[in-house]
Amino acid sequence: MKLLYFAWLKAKTGVAEEEVTPPAEVTTVGELLHWIKGRGPGYAEALADLQVVRVAVNQEYADPCQPVGPDDEVALFPPVTGG
Amino acid sequence: MIRVQREDFDLGRELAALTAGNHKVGGLAVFVGLVRDMAGHGAGHGAGHGAGHGAGDETVGAMTLEHYPGMTEKMLEKIEREARERWPLEASLVIHRYGRLEPGDQIVLVACASAHRQAALEACGFLIDWLKTKAPFWKLEEGPKGAQWVEARASDDTAARRWAKEEPDAAE
Repeated sequence: MKLLYFAWLKAKTGVAEEEVTPPAEVTTVGELLHWIKGRGPGYAEALADLQVVRVAVNQEYADPCQPVGPDDEVALFPPVTGG
Repeated sequence: MIRVQREDFDLGRELAALTAGNHKVGGLAVFVGLVRDMAGHGAGHGAGHGAGHGAGDETVGAMTLEHYPGMTEKMLEKIEREARERWPLEASLVIHRYGRLEPGDQIVLVACASAHRQAALEACGFLIDWLKTKAPFWKLEEGPKGAQWVEARASDDTAARRWAKEEPDAAE
């Protein structure tokens, strides 16, 4: 699974992009976020307030119950501020 | 048509090209977003009203726009498609820039052409409101205390929501 981080989520995790293999019991966006949070202090800090974390699976907005799998591209980012 | 680019755009040329040769167009509505000088504003909480102190100190108002290449184009295309389903448009154009921008620089262009003004104006408003809450761009502002990520504004969500018909948007 490919993970991407943008804006301050990238700054806090210290990672822009990484390949990960979550355990088999991680099957949804919500479970994935929980797992990522446990990967280290930077991740825990970045995901401390999930209200301000948006998730996209394969470049489409996703909610916590959406399924995720090994071939997915999952992006984590703050609410958008373009325009 | 949508474009995501680092370079500036020539407003006159873009608008002329958009409607060239199409005599069914009776109205062209345009929104251009510019980099506002945010010096002294502070990028922390409470975004939404003016600079509290000493705007105008030097050139600290520049910003860098980051985006998610791939998803950005996808979202802009989706938003444009929706506008064209909802209003009878003859032509539409969205250009969004990324990279480092200075106060006064153009950030975004939304233009909608239609036979009549109402469709053009409404579609233009719809596009910019939705783009601000859906397109994956993030502003990093340079200030006296260093660079800070701009926080999303609840008022932008409200502005976008007024276009929502019945379909609830679960992902937000």
